[in-house]
Amino acid sequence: MKKYGTLIFGIVGWVIALVIFFPIFWMAITAFKTEQGAYSPDLIFVPTLESFKDVFARSNYLLFVMNSIYVSVGSTFVCFLFAIPAAYKMSFFPTPKTQGRLLWMLSTKMMPAVGVLVPIYLLFRSFGLLDNLIGLIVIYTLMNLPIAVWMSYTYFCEIPAAILEAGRIDGATLWEELWYLLRPMCLPGLSSTGLILIIFAWNEAFWSINLTSANAAPLTAFIASYSSPEGLFWAKLSAASLLAVAPIMVLGWLTQKQLVQGLTFGAVK
Amino acid sequence: MKRFASPLFAVLITGVSVLAQQKTVTIATVNNPDMIELKKLSPKFEEKNPDIKLNWVITEENTIRQRITTDVSTGSGQFDIVQIGLYETPIFAKRGWLRPMENFPADYDLEDLFKSLRDGLSYQGKLYALPFYGESSMLMYRKDLFDEKGLKMPDQPKYEDIKKFADALTDKAKGVYGITLRGKPGWGENMAFLGTLLNTFGCTWFDMKWTPTIDTPEWKKAITFYIDLMKADGPPGASANGFNENLTLMTSGKAAMWIDATVAGGMLENAKESQVAGKMGYAPSPIEATPNGSHWLWSWAFAIPKAAKQAEAAEKFAVWATSKDYIKLVADDIGWAGVPPGTRKSTYDNPEYQKAPFAAPTLQAMQTADPTNPAIKPVPYTGIQFVGIPEFQSFGTVVGQNISGALAGKSSVDQALKDSQAAVARAVKQAGYPK
Amino acid sequence: MSAVTQEPVAAPVGGPASAEKPNILLALLETPSIIALLLWMIVPLAMTIYFSFIRYSLLNPDISGFAGIENYQFLTEDESFWPAIINTVLLMGAVLIITIVFGTLLAVLYDREFFGKNVATLLVIAPFFVMPTVSALIWKNYIMHPVYGLIAFVLHKLGLPAVDWFGDYPLISIIIIVSWEWLPFAFLILFTSLKSLDQEQKEAASIDGANAFQLFFYIIVPHLQRAIGVVVMIETIFLLSIFAEIYTTTSGGPGHATTNLAFLVYSLGIQQFNVGIASAGGILAVILANIVAYFLVKMLAQNLKGR
Repeated sequence: MKKYGTLIFGIVGWVIALVIFFPIFWMAITAFKTEQGAYSPDLIFVPTLESFKDVFARSNYLLFVMNSIYVSVGSTFVCFLFAIPAAYKMSFFPTPKTQGRLLWMLSTKMMPAVGVLVPIYLLFRSFGLLDNLIGLIVIYTLMNLPIAVWMSYTYFCEIPAAILEAGRIDGATLWEELWYLLRPMCLPGLSSTGLILIIFAWNEAFWSINLTSANAAPLTAFIASYSSPEGLFWAKLSAASLLAVAPIMVLGWLTQKQLVQGLTFGAVK
Repeated sequence: MKRFASPLFAVLITGVSVLAQQKTVTIATVNNPDMIELKKLSPKFEEKNPDIKLNWVITEENTIRQRITTDVSTGSGQFDIVQIGLYETPIFAKRGWLRPMENFPADYDLEDLFKSLRDGLSYQGKLYALPFYGESSMLMYRKDLFDEKGLKMPDQPKYEDIKKFADALTDKAKGVYGITLRGKPGWGENMAFLGTLLNTFGCTWFDMKWTPTIDTPEWKKAITFYIDLMKADGPPGASANGFNENLTLMTSGKAAMWIDATVAGGMLENAKESQVAGKMGYAPSPIEATPNGSHWLWSWAFAIPKAAKQAEAAEKFAVWATSKDYIKLVADDIGWAGVPPGTRKSTYDNPEYQKAPFAAPTLQAMQTADPTNPAIKPVPYTGIQFVGIPEFQSFGTVVGQNISGALAGKSSVDQALKDSQAAVARAVKQAGYPK
Repeated sequence: MSAVTQEPVAAPVGGPASAEKPNILLALLETPSIIALLLWMIVPLAMTIYFSFIRYSLLNPDISGFAGIENYQFLTEDESFWPAIINTVLLMGAVLIITIVFGTLLAVLYDREFFGKNVATLLVIAPFFVMPTVSALIWKNYIMHPVYGLIAFVLHKLGLPAVDWFGDYPLISIIIIVSWEWLPFAFLILFTSLKSLDQEQKEAASIDGANAFQLFFYIIVPHLQRAIGVVVMIETIFLLSIFAEIYTTTSGGPGHATTNLAFLVYSLGIQQFNVGIASAGGILAVILANIVAYFLVKMLAQNLKGR
C-alpha cells in the first residue's frame, strides 16, 4: 500500500513541477530558435546557436556576470555579518522591544523605489557612488537586511534552546556552542536565506539600472538591453535570459544539496 | 643594464602618455538595431582615434530615457553622449543642459541632413543634436493579398479607404486580420500612432489658451473610427499590442495592413526574420480631414550634456556616427537596406538605396512631416505625435491608457474622452499653464 | 518536547548563562543592524517628505516653491487613485492567498520521498530565479498572447476561441504571473521549516489513529505558523510595490485596470520627472503599507511571537 502512496505522490509532485517549470522550459528552447521561428509553437525544430553568438558579440557578458556576482555575493555576505548577530540576540535573548524592532525593520522596505528614486540618486551622486559596485552593495545590503534578520530569526527560533543549554551544561564554551551545536541546526535555514538574498540582489532591476552606467552594470542591465527594442528580439532575449539565469541555477543546484541533505535532527531528542 | 635604459624609458614614456591621454567616452543609446550596428562598427572609430575609448550603455527606450533625463537634468555627468529624440532636445536645450554642436569637418555636409530634423533638433537657431536616424510613419500593406482580392492602393489613401480594404481583407477563419494598429498604452506607444490619426481627423490637444480640447466631436469621431476598425478587422489582444507585437504579427503573415514607423520597412524586408519579405507594398500614411500631422516625425540624435567630462571626444564620435562615411560603412557591412534611415538626403539619392521598396515613401514622409504645423488649426505647441512640453510624458500616457481601456471595452468612448479631458486639464494646471 | 516553546517573551532563553554575558555586549549584537537601517530609513524618508511639499520637476524648473498639499491633492483627486489603492490590495491579497495555500500543500507533498525529488524541487523553485521583467515577457508573449501564444494555440486546436488575457482579464493575468514568481519563495521557506518538524510527534499522532487531514491541520499547520507569518510579512512588503510586471505587460491598462499605487506614482510622477508628485506618492504608499501591516500584524500576532 505504501508503495502506491509513494508512486501517486511522485506523479503528482512531478506533474506540478513540470507545469510550474514549463514557461522557463519554453524560454530555454526559444533561445535555440531563429528569430523567425521564435514565436511559433513548434517543439521540434532545428536548434541553432546564432542567438547566443549575437549576444556574446554584442555584449560583454563576462563583465555583467562578474558585476552581478560581486554585488549579490558581496551584499549577502555583508548582510549576514549584520543580520546573524542581531537575529541570534533577538531569538535567544528577546526583550519586550524585540517584536516591535522586527516590525520596524520590515517597515523600512515600505517605500516603493519609484517614490524615492531622485533622493537616492542625488545622495549617491554626492557620495560618488554612481556607477560604482560599492554603491550597489551598500544599497542591496540595506534593502535585504530586514529580510535577512527576519528569516534568520525565524530559523533560530525553531532551534530548541534546550539543546544549547544541554551543551552548556556539558561544559561547552560559547564558541563551541555556536560552532558545533547551533551551526548544523541552522545551516539549512541560513542556506535558504542566503540563496533568497542572493536572488533578490541578482534580479533587482530598478536600482541596478538607474544607479549604474558602463562600469558597474550587472546582468539586469544586460537583460534590459535585449528587451523591447524596435525589432524582433524574442530569441535573443531568451538566450540572454538563459545566460543571466544560468549562474544562479548552478548556485541553486549546489545549495539544494545543502538544503535537502539528511539533517541530524536526531539531536532534537 | 644601462643600454636597455634609454629605449625602455622611451617605451615607458610613450605607453604612459598614451594611457594618460586615453579618454573614456560613455555613450547612452537605445537598443534599436541601428544602434547595435553602430556599436558593432565602433571599433573602426577607435582605430582612427586611439586615444578615445568608448563605453556603451544600451537599454530599451523607456529605461534609457529615464536614465538620460535624470542624468542630464541633474547635471550628473554620467554620460558623455546621450541619444535623445525630437521631443527631449528642445526641452533640454531650452534649459541649457546641452552643448551646441559646432565643430564640423569640411566634408560633413550639414545641409545634407533633412531640414525638418535640423529644425526639430535646434533651439533658437543653434543645433543641439546630430540625427543618427530618422523616421516618419507610413502605411505598409500586403501587396500579394491586395492583388488576390483585386484591390488597388491609391497614391494618397484616406482612412475611409482603409476601412473598406480592411473589411475586404479580414478572414478570421484563416487567421488573417485586415489591419493591426498600436493599442498598448503609452505616450510613445499607442499615442504616437493615435496622435497622427487625431491630427488628420482635425483634432487638437489644446486651444491657443491651453485649454484641452479632448472632449470634442472631432476626437469622438476619430477614436470611434479607430475602435470600430480594430473591433471589426483587428486581431485580439489589440489593447496590449505595441510596435513589437504588431511587427511579429506582420512578419508572420497574420495581418494585411499596418500603419507605423517607416523603419519597420527594413525589418519587414529582412528575409532572415520576416516571412513576408518581398510581398509588401508601401504607401503614405492615410489622411482624413487634413493632411497636416498625418504622419509623425521622430529622430534619435546624439547630444552632449553640459556636464560631460569628455565633450570634445564625444563630439568627434557624434560627428563620425552621423557622417556619410559611416553610412557607407554600414552599407558595406550589411547592405544598403540596413543603413540608418531618414537622416541624409544623399542616402535617398543613392541608386543602391532607392532599390529598397520602402525608400521612396519614407523620403516623401520625412520631407513633408512638419512638427511646427501639426494640426488643422493653429496650436500653442509643436510636435506631431507629441505635445512638446515635459508634462506630456505623463498625461499623454494617461490619455493612452483611457483609450486603450475603451478599445478593450472597459469603458465607452465618451467616458474615456471625458476622463482624459479632466486629467489633462489638471496636469497642465499643475504645471502652470497657461504661462 | 514543547516545554521551551511557550515561555513568555520577556524571559531570555539564554538561561543562567545570561548572567555571564553582559547586557551591553548582547545589545551590541543588534546595534549595527539597527543603526544601518535607521540611517537608510531616515535620510531618504526625510528627503522624500521634504520633496513632497515643494514643487520640483526635473524637466520644468520653472515651477518651484512651497506646494503645500498640492502634490498630494494631485494624486488623491486623480480618478485612478482609489482604483489604484483597491488594485494594490487585491493584487497583494490574491497573490498572498495563492502562494501560501499552494506553497503549504506543495511543501507537504515534497516532504515525502519520491523518485527524482531533488530535481523536481529545483524545477519548482526555478521561477524564482528568473528576472521579473523576463517572466512577464515570457507570459505575455509566449504563453498568453491571443494570436501567437501557446494557450491560444492549444485552444485553437480544441476549437475554442482565444482568450484575450490582458484585455479582458488584466488584473487576473498579473496575479497569475506574480503568483508564479512568488510561489517558489513561499514553498522554499515552508519546505525548509517543515524540516524541523519533529518526526516523533508525527509518528506518535499516527499511532494514536490520526488520519492525513488531522495530521495536516493539527500538527503540520501549527508548526508552520511562524514560517507562514514570515512569508506573509515579507511577501506583503514586496507585493505592495509590484512594478516591473505591470510596466512590462499592460502599462497599467487597459484604462486603470492594472494600475496599482506604485505604478500610479510612476505614471503621474516619474514619467514626467516631477519629483514633488513622485515623493508625495511614495509617502502615500508608505501610509497604505502601514495600514495593511497594522491589520496583518493583528491577524498574525499569534504567528509572529518568538519561540
